[in-house]
Amino acid sequence: MNNRRSAYDDVVVTTPVTVPYVRYSIRGAHWFLAGALAEVLRRSGLGKDALDGLCVSSFTLTPDTAVGLTQHLGLTLRWLDHIPMGGACGIVALRRAARAVQSGDATAVACIAGDTNHPDSFRQNLGTFSQFARDASYPYGSGGPNASFAFLTSYYMRTYGAKAEDFGKLCVAQRSNALKFPYALMKKPLSLDEYLTARPIADPLRLYDCVMPCAGAEAFLVLRREEAEKLGLSYARILATIERHNAYPDDPIQYRGGWALDSDEMYAQAEIGPTDIDVVAAYDDYPVINVMQIEDLGFCKKGEGPDFVRRHSFTADGSFPFNTSGGQLSVGQAGAAGGFLGLVEIIRQVTGQPLGAVVAEARLGLASGFGMINYDRGLCSGAAILAAGQ
Amino acid sequence: MTRPLVRPPRKNPILRTRVPTLPPGGRSRVALGLTAAAARGRLELQVCRDCRTVQYPPREACRVCLSQRLDWRQQDGAGELVSDTTLHHSNELFYRERMPWRLGMIKLDCGPVIVAHLHGDCAPAPSRVRVRAHIDRAGQAALLAIPEKDTPNMADDRQLREMTCDPKFRKVLVTDAKTALGQTLVEAVVAAGADLVWAGYAEHWKKPPGFERLSKLPQVSLVPLDLTDSRAVKDLAGEIGGRVDILINTADHHRNFGIAARDGIEVARAEMDTNYFGLLRLAQEFAPAMRVRGADGQSSAVAWVNLLSVFALSNFPPHGTYSASKAAALSLAQCLRAEFAPAGVRVINVFPSPIDDEWNQALPPPKIAPVRLAADIVEALRGGAEDVFPGDIAQDWLSRWRDNPKALERELAVMPR
Repeated sequence: MNNRRSAYDDVVVTTPVTVPYVRYSIRGAHWFLAGALAEVLRRSGLGKDALDGLCVSSFTLTPDTAVGLTQHLGLTLRWLDHIPMGGACGIVALRRAARAVQSGDATAVACIAGDTNHPDSFRQNLGTFSQFARDASYPYGSGGPNASFAFLTSYYMRTYGAKAEDFGKLCVAQRSNALKFPYALMKKPLSLDEYLTARPIADPLRLYDCVMPCAGAEAFLVLRREEAEKLGLSYARILATIERHNAYPDDPIQYRGGWALDSDEMYAQAEIGPTDIDVVAAYDDYPVINVMQIEDLGFCKKGEGPDFVRRHSFTADGSFPFNTSGGQLSVGQAGAAGGFLGLVEIIRQVTGQPLGAVVAEARLGLASGFGMINYDRGLCSGAAILAAGQ
Repeated sequence: MTRPLVRPPRKNPILRTRVPTLPPGGRSRVALGLTAAAARGRLELQVCRDCRTVQYPPREACRVCLSQRLDWRQQDGAGELVSDTTLHHSNELFYRERMPWRLGMIKLDCGPVIVAHLHGDCAPAPSRVRVRAHIDRAGQAALLAIPEKDTPNMADDRQLREMTCDPKFRKVLVTDAKTALGQTLVEAVVAAGADLVWAGYAEHWKKPPGFERLSKLPQVSLVPLDLTDSRAVKDLAGEIGGRVDILINTADHHRNFGIAARDGIEVARAEMDTNYFGLLRLAQEFAPAMRVRGADGQSSAVAWVNLLSVFALSNFPPHGTYSASKAAALSLAQCLRAEFAPAGVRVINVFPSPIDDEWNQALPPPKIAPVRLAADIVEALRGGAEDVFPGDIAQDWLSRWRDNPKALERELAVMPR
């Protein structure tokens, strides 16, 4: 079957925005999303009336959806989407928005993701996260994603010989990247020893394997190149994107994600290979999923992740620059914004406007998303390759 | 290997009694199919009638062929532990108070992958396990993986004990210990390791054979209790109510005949007075203290057992008014179960086959021997069910009732009297 995807032509992505994260907020999700949108408009110079498309992701926006947000923020739009895909929402938003702009259904689409976080909102979200979570996972220990990823991590370690030190190395490297990123909630260096001796959360996971839920928002803007140039914006081109949902449903436990099905096609569309990539942002709610993405996105073979980790530094100035903002592990997980964080960082790096650690001459960046532990595994995966604009 | 439970020290009266908390109890309606089976002590999963796929978590359609014709079918629960973890952190109070907590991910031989509570004696993954369905403290089905083969003291596993009502080191009230069933039940509960058994007796001038024997057991304390006497029930509750962990209501007033064979309502009223109002009096006096002791340490208040009858399901006309009184008691027991739910105290309804006693003398065999019924009640306390149907007749009627209640009504109308 020939399902070669169309190129994205001159659709570009610009204006990476982060609304600074806070551990807890008394504001609603609308406050963070409004802040992200306002910042996109301010920094791009696009008038509010010129914006005709919006793509929203948020867990705590309920009972509203993107629809309610149009009236809340006084937007009249001809294209609107709401993407409840957690850690994959950034990639999927980019895909949807790019095709809308390419086809002319919209001329400028702001993609925004954000959540608030009250002291009890994380727990409340867990118990009602999905029907399967409510029926078949949350009643069992109520560990939330910690428990799910403990299973995956334990299985991965047993099967592929990964050690706690391997996962620790990624966490320590991300922290070192985060120390330069102004919005990271984690401000102190992390040593491998601190990682290995932190308090246990769900064996084999310890404290620094887990992200800190927080409030915040992320955003970017998708439009045509000539529009971006007219506004004087630096932009990234979209070389290829993929998404997949409920891949490998018959695997008894998740040791690979949808990227393994689709990454060859992504590189073919981009007409590059994994070794051409200058900077990678993976979805990192736990380090095991970082390793899984490194394998499934073709940077090494399945099972060689631990060895790959041992061979690279993962810092912005080292080998295999990876999660150069610090990722969710060090910046924090602002709900659905966690699905944007890596993509927004890649846009920054390839458009030459990093806020923190700089990857020298980053021309090609890969952002990857992973989301929605519906029951026993993450269902949504996606990735995008962006190139520095000419 | 599970360490055997040790007798808890006497409760320190200065310390506050912990308020009961529960595991998450919300379920979709389709998932209640699992609860319906677990209530009868069975593990049942959805099986597609069209393509035979066994699936879990419960769904509204077959995940393979999209058929909506899904049947709940019993499974043996054999499977392989694929991964395991021990939680040290939880988002819910119930588990926070009980950390650490062990969980497993199991690939069942029949197909699906399940997340389950993991017994401490299960070897780390990969290993073979058996999965059972228990009613948990929230009153919902919970899956529990136990070792493939029984291990010593496995009932004492800390997590398992949170899902059973094991009499070991608990204090038990048997409301009527004078009957053959009451006597053997007291002995069975003592043999199961109960700390103390209050053996209730009414009509002290009657001395049934064997009853003397009970008073010689060191764990047994005889207490006067007549369920038809509100004052007596209140007095006893005032004396021991705050210490009862398990209440087994065996009081039963059983006379024969239906409507036409007897004039007046005196006999029917007496049946109701013990079987229905007796339960109501007991519940009003004893349930409040049990409700606040649902999380009172290792030997918390855990269960209330009602001796009903399989006649409660559908009227058995030769014992018509008795059947009605048991049906009334069943309805009240459902109310009691709902009121106990926030405390995590399980209401176990026992629907025995006709007991082999003087009031069922005219019924043909099979009838259930009191000693067998007593063993089944203790087994129910150690297990995960909330509705138990001991004996062949009860199982047979239950099957018929579940298949077609109207057919059972017709069948019972023509049974030999």
